[in-house]
Amino acid sequence: MAEVMISVDGLTVEYEGKRVLDGVSLDIQRGEVMVLLGGSGSGKTTMLRHIIGLERPTSGTVRVRGIDINRCSGEELMAVRRTMGVAFQECALFNSMSIEENVELPIHELTNLADPVVEIMTYMKLAAVGLGETGKLMPQELSGGMKKRAAVARATALDPEILVFDEPSAGLDPIVAAGLDELILFLKHAFEMTILVVSHELASAFRIADRLAMLDRGSLIAVDSKDAFRANTNPRIRQFLDRVPDPIAESAAVQAHIRELAGLTGART
Amino acid sequence: MNVLDAIGNAVIQGLAYVGGLTMQFLSELRDSPRMLPLMGRRGRWKTAMQQMAAIGVDGLPIITIMSVCAGFILAMQTGSELRRFGALQYVMDVVGVGFTREIGPLLTALIVCGRSGSAFSAEIGTMVVTSEIDAMKTMAIDPIELVLTPKYIAAMITLPCLTIMSNTFGILAGAVFMYITTKIRLAMYLRYVFNSIELHDVLTGLLKSLIFATIIVNVGCMEGLRVRGGADAVGRSATSGVVRSTYLVILADAFFTAIFYLVHKD
Repeated sequence: MAEVMISVDGLTVEYEGKRVLDGVSLDIQRGEVMVLLGGSGSGKTTMLRHIIGLERPTSGTVRVRGIDINRCSGEELMAVRRTMGVAFQECALFNSMSIEENVELPIHELTNLADPVVEIMTYMKLAAVGLGETGKLMPQELSGGMKKRAAVARATALDPEILVFDEPSAGLDPIVAAGLDELILFLKHAFEMTILVVSHELASAFRIADRLAMLDRGSLIAVDSKDAFRANTNPRIRQFLDRVPDPIAESAAVQAHIRELAGLTGART
Repeated sequence: MNVLDAIGNAVIQGLAYVGGLTMQFLSELRDSPRMLPLMGRRGRWKTAMQQMAAIGVDGLPIITIMSVCAGFILAMQTGSELRRFGALQYVMDVVGVGFTREIGPLLTALIVCGRSGSAFSAEIGTMVVTSEIDAMKTMAIDPIELVLTPKYIAAMITLPCLTIMSNTFGILAGAVFMYITTKIRLAMYLRYVFNSIELHDVLTGLLKSLIFATIIVNVGCMEGLRVRGGADAVGRSATSGVVRSTYLVILADAFFTAIFYLVHKD
């Protein structure tokens, strides 16, 4: 049985009394690409932020390589973070630094390698994502797709065992998004990375995933292989896969609010 | 009961804010040795130097202009009163002592507060909004060490330097006034000013400038780190960074001036 790299158990998150995640449990195994699907507001990004240790849950545990990241020491958390690379949805490149400096930063900060070695490593990381010749440019000078790839180069700078992507295809045209999918698959096969991708792009998800998980209103409603997920009969999953909109205008709450706005509260029969 | 709740909440929030500032300040002190050239972390001193240029070199023109104006205004206002008593020469005492003890450090702090304090809040606030601070944390890089501490070190070095420049230009503006009104030459003016200033006047002014630097950097950065939301939140953080650090600088000035007064009285 493959080693579990990330284990989420009973993760519950509440903000100001509102439950955003409700007892979510999920295991991600070494070397697999897990895609976490879900509609807007389903809790995907919240779950990701808890997995990478940026926020503390109301209850439940998140273990990365067996270490509970909410109850470990600061040194242990730093050690865990060194084994993870994160590519944020907004890319989060440092705008005051060139692309090259962005990739160099974690290598400079977390290793004692000599400058020429750092330069070679940086070039290799940028070349791996097709940005070998654009290292001197500033983030503002790059297109959306190039920024995403630069963020991947920075996330992989220290050869992490786990790579996390937040909405890698968001805002990209299909060709660039497909290129990014191939890059994720390349990283998986070339470096045997464990990859977690948070997405709502179905085509991309089915292209890259080994397994898919789906969050709906803070609860995990499915964790399946691609084929099993496609065949899933859960109404929410069917609605998501078949792109069926929610009947917003007919919902009782919306109708009641419209009546209230029109001053017809008492006119209900 | 509601009034008590409101007062209690305000006190708790105030204490939490001061506690946060203190923790941030202690972290900066802990990380400060890493800013040193040769023995610190690679390249960190260069970041501190860039910040020194931004706070000090870029801020010098406005501090020069403001200090010259303030020195001249102070000399004119006191001169117009002292002239009636035939004591115009005391303008030199007022300008010399007033600038070194009070006006130089306070004026410099308020200008740096407006220029650099707001820039710190906006810069760090934008980094929060664009997830740059989160990205640093996920890379196991401490944002306080990488972003805040170079600013703190830079302010601790540049604010006393700017204060000395402000004192110098304020006092020289007084010399211009005295030359125009009484034809006192610069050499005699300076001799008179140096006789009236004591070493502790200069030192207390410089000590205050270090305290002001600590307040400006920590409040500015704290406001940036507290940003939640988008561009409007960044704007609000810049405003509240300036407002809070301005009144904390003035409160600290009143507090330390009172202490220096009590200590020196004996």
